[in-house]
Amino acid sequence: MKPPPFDYRRPATLGEALGLLAEAGSGGKVLAGGQSLIPLLNMRLAAPARVVDVNRVPGLDGIEAGPSGVRVGALARHAAVERSPGAAAAQPLLRQALRLVAHPVIRNRGTVVGSLVHADPAAEMPAVLALLGGSVRLASRGGEREVPAAAFFTGPMESAVRPGELAVSAFFPALPARSGTAFHEVARRHGDYAVAGVAAAVTLDEDLRIAAARVACVSVGPVPVVADVTAACGPRPAASVAWDAVAAAVRDLVEPEGDIHATADYRRHLTGVLAVRALRDAASAAHGEES
Amino acid sequence: MNETHHHVTLTVNGVVREATVPGRRLLSDCLRHDLGLTGTHVGCEHGVCGACTVLLDGEPVRSCLTFAVTVDGQEITTVEGLARDGALSPVQRAFTECHALQCGFCTPGFLCTVTAFLRDNPAPTEEEALEAVAGNLCRCTGYQNILKAVHRAAQMQATQIQAEEGGA
Amino acid sequence: MTTRLFGEPVRRREDPRLITGQGRYLDDLGAGALAAAFVRSPHAHARILDVDVSGALDVDGLVAIYTWEDLPGALAEPLPLLIPHPALTHGRTAYALAREVVRHVGEPVVMVVARDRYLAEDACALIRVDYEILKPVVGLEEAAGGAHLVHEDVPGNIGAHLVQEVPGPGGVTAREAVDAAPHRLEFRLDVERSACTPLEGKGVYARWDADDESLRVYSSTQTSTSVRMAIAAKLGLPLPKVEVVAPDVGGGFGVKIVHPWPEEILVPWAARLLNREVKWTEDRREHFVSSSHERGQVQHVRAGFDDDGRLLGLEVEILHDHGAYTPYGIIVPIITSTQLLGPYRVGAYRVEFSSVYTNTVQVTPYRGAGRPQGVFCMERTMDKIAAYLGRDRTEVRAANFIQPDEFPYDQGLTFQDGRPLIYDSGDYPEALRMLKELIGWDAFPEEKARAAAEGRRIGIGVGCYVEGTGVGPYEGGHVQITSDGRVHVSTGLTSQGQGHETVFAQIAATELGVPIEKVSVVTGDTRRFGYAVGTFASRAAVMSGNAIALACRKVREKALRIAAEALEADPRDLEITDGMVHVAGAPSASIPLATVAVLSNPLRYAFDEEAKRATQFAGPASDDRPPVAEGEEPGLEGRDYYSPVRSTFAAGMHAAIVETDPDTAEIQILRYAVVHDCGRLINPMIVEGQIHGGVAQGVGGALYEKMVYDEHGQLLNASFMDFLMPYATEVPRIETAHLETPSPLNPLGIKGAGEAGVIPVSAVVAAAIEDAEGIPIDRMPISPSDLHTLRLTR
Repeated sequence: MKPPPFDYRRPATLGEALGLLAEAGSGGKVLAGGQSLIPLLNMRLAAPARVVDVNRVPGLDGIEAGPSGVRVGALARHAAVERSPGAAAAQPLLRQALRLVAHPVIRNRGTVVGSLVHADPAAEMPAVLALLGGSVRLASRGGEREVPAAAFFTGPMESAVRPGELAVSAFFPALPARSGTAFHEVARRHGDYAVAGVAAAVTLDEDLRIAAARVACVSVGPVPVVADVTAACGPRPAASVAWDAVAAAVRDLVEPEGDIHATADYRRHLTGVLAVRALRDAASAAHGEES
Repeated sequence: MNETHHHVTLTVNGVVREATVPGRRLLSDCLRHDLGLTGTHVGCEHGVCGACTVLLDGEPVRSCLTFAVTVDGQEITTVEGLARDGALSPVQRAFTECHALQCGFCTPGFLCTVTAFLRDNPAPTEEEALEAVAGNLCRCTGYQNILKAVHRAAQMQATQIQAEEGGA
Repeated sequence: MTTRLFGEPVRRREDPRLITGQGRYLDDLGAGALAAAFVRSPHAHARILDVDVSGALDVDGLVAIYTWEDLPGALAEPLPLLIPHPALTHGRTAYALAREVVRHVGEPVVMVVARDRYLAEDACALIRVDYEILKPVVGLEEAAGGAHLVHEDVPGNIGAHLVQEVPGPGGVTAREAVDAAPHRLEFRLDVERSACTPLEGKGVYARWDADDESLRVYSSTQTSTSVRMAIAAKLGLPLPKVEVVAPDVGGGFGVKIVHPWPEEILVPWAARLLNREVKWTEDRREHFVSSSHERGQVQHVRAGFDDDGRLLGLEVEILHDHGAYTPYGIIVPIITSTQLLGPYRVGAYRVEFSSVYTNTVQVTPYRGAGRPQGVFCMERTMDKIAAYLGRDRTEVRAANFIQPDEFPYDQGLTFQDGRPLIYDSGDYPEALRMLKELIGWDAFPEEKARAAAEGRRIGIGVGCYVEGTGVGPYEGGHVQITSDGRVHVSTGLTSQGQGHETVFAQIAATELGVPIEKVSVVTGDTRRFGYAVGTFASRAAVMSGNAIALACRKVREKALRIAAEALEADPRDLEITDGMVHVAGAPSASIPLATVAVLSNPLRYAFDEEAKRATQFAGPASDDRPPVAEGEEPGLEGRDYYSPVRSTFAAGMHAAIVETDPDTAEIQILRYAVVHDCGRLINPMIVEGQIHGGVAQGVGGALYEKMVYDEHGQLLNASFMDFLMPYATEVPRIETAHLETPSPLNPLGIKGAGEAGVIPVSAVVAAAIEDAEGIPIDRMPISPSDLHTLRLTR
């Protein structure tokens, strides 16, 4: 289990990185945290002609939190985002989700943007971006483009990143006032990819009734499955929502597949259970926000 | 088919070390085979078992999921560097006192992980201690005594700090 | 007395090197050695049509490429069948490199040697092997159906078939006893595959000394002596020209007792051929597909019992999956068949197994070695009887227990050592009493009702086992006291983390009356001790422990004899304390063991001050006796062997309380309690550690681990991502209590402890889930998804 040979490059500037990636075309692979890429290389399941290590490119490790949301740079490690008080204040779902990403040691090295680009449908961060309607900024020699989450995840382990492009940052929008979020998942072992998981965001109206409710489900489709369940939940206070109906609605929306860890049926069932747990927690967080 | 080699300089356990390696050389292999520091073990080479965990600028990382070239110029602490001036660290002492190792193969990864953890969280709760070691696999001990050792090390560390402050 | 160390929780002497990174594991050795890697079959069953190495020839650093055609003499023959048995009528073993046909994914086809492992893997990737795909045989019942064959010359894929029958009172057969019983139950049980999965894989490193024409091989093995004999035989070398050393070994759990692995003979062969050091370090993926698995069985059970739940007759039919080859014979199903009986007396018993070939990785013992399946069978039977009769599950067990006054108890079967299955000692009623107290068995119904009132589901389960430990044929020990007062102990069997350096030192220090700091222990090094069997079957403490004790007693006797002469005392009046031989009650009349060692070796030449005392002009000597008396040997050393008539039988009982989530079907073990009896404890700390580790592996086998093969024979979870070994978060806190029923069979009164922890866990966890859910649990492991499915089909 040793990586195949490749042309290793370690650019010192973004321009240099983009030039190297452009030159490499589809044979180029970006190395940031490496926590998903290097296992694939060690197993020789990936054999890029060139690896462009962006770890020395300045200016990519930013975590900018503001009222509108959090912009996370390509070199911001999971752990840094998880620990950032600003990020937690602007978008609490980031910390809630990051605590479920693998184990702390992996989070020390792995990057949030890397998780997005890896686009594993079982991973937490793509679901978070999808739920929040965030976006990824892609840079290439030709310029930059901002790709919304809905267009970014194109299939299992497939994203909108084109050859020659580097994901330089991702933006996680903040939610309106009286909003709350939660992330619930079931994994076979603590820290494993989720068998099923649901991120939820709930916004209450002035009378503390559910005004908006969305979920993003992991491991139940080729990409994170986002569902607006406002109609099923609102406009009612959380305590009087027919949660069984919400669970049923979510179950109807997902098309999970079975694998060695769980049947499709169990995943569907679990997604309903977790959606309700996440929505109720999100609603009570929104409530707490208000009080 | 000759690969390009890169010159890297690492500060390992406080000592400046140099090696010339191809881009694909894993940090684990660089430490073990280029620098002869075989205390860092390799149990899976896909980042799951944690045996290869070392401290990179003080933070625990999987050395099997890190290229040596990437960390050129950075500081690394391996299990060989945990004892200071020949004196075992509190974490090392606690592991032997609590019988927290059997075959010892996973142990260096646990020792590095716990060392960083207790530096940041010197008085952990049961749950925090569990979370701290939950990313490392051990096939021998059933983890019972590893968890005991984390708490014992915290105690020892506190006593040591007290003594040092008292002495100063 | 400071030297009384037997039974004390002495800290491990292995630890100082292991916690500082100074351990020497296989891959830590041989810096600069060439690296070997293998092209392994990607197919479960295929004919090799062509191997084209041309693409690899340009790889920088390539040294050699070998296929089966390159192997000379005995190397080209099939690997040995280690444990033949008359019932194994169709035993088959692999070739070191595949010849014509591959029979499981991972079977080695081509060996590559290069400057380092990266380059060796590069070359492997460039070698093209053309295969004609054959129909893979996967799944026990499919294999037993015999529609397609793993080996063309093994009809029905049946490698072995064995029936053992113990008639009941009056010669009644099990069938008759079941049929005549007041109550009968019939059911099927399934146990899936798991594997040892030590954190360190296998590995071999060989140095050929061309000047000396000798070979030194390091292997991460559980038996260095037997690896040595296999290498000598396969390479045609005189035995004294081959030495094998087991360095620090990063866990074994059974897989490393199998030998010679292909790599264990190929690497030394290549080292000799190339006259270069060669090393192979198994990687994780190789370990999954080209070492061993275990556990997979299907069992059909018929049980007949009376109103008290006493088993009057028991019939068990086992289908055992042994994978593609049978190098380790049929030890696993034999152990299942015999140890299934546990602590119980059964009226009449019949067990029949068919051991079946499949196109999967071979099956050889994994900690517990067939016992977890047997215990699963018997304990599920006990629970089903209790449920049927509406009785307490512990009551039914107690009704079937062998009583303390019935030992030695002959179960009437033939055990894995070919000897009668006779239990030496035990106290099962007391163990059960202790366990019920530890877990709070009698109060549990209330606890369960309280939990139910809160909408929680909890359940309790119990499981009992008896484990034959310390199987023969023998182990030996050598003890030498040198003139510096140090005690050098060696034994041939190997260590994989069990703390042998510590417990054997405890035994030697206690026997000899020396401080433990003076004792050093070497295991698994054929340069120090050439005769041994190996470390498996919970035998190291029993076998080598007793052998070392016996060797120490010889040395002690000699030391007292020499000291008595020097002190002009009667040897019967002498004691040894802290390394000083002295007259009992008169500590001033003493002589250090170091001096005794000097005196034991009459010298012509003094090599230091102390040695002068043993030279010819040093003191008065008898003129009419030879310096080395007849029947004596120079030096203060002794060697002895321990070879038991049969195994000693440890026992234990476990209980667990689990909670199942009514919505997510997640399963959590809330409490886990163990009562364990391995006779006299040498080091309670180490025994406890062994139990912890065993239970954790048991939890893995019960809730997390399985080997998932698809219909093509591809192992779908050959990584630590998908083969779910428990982390700390998955293992409950383990509460333990010890009972010490000494074994009457050996001088130290000890029984083995290594495997115990793992044995009943699946049975216990299944029972607890069944209790929580009210659904029969007949298949292990069980995942939340499985439980969800069971709930739906209830």
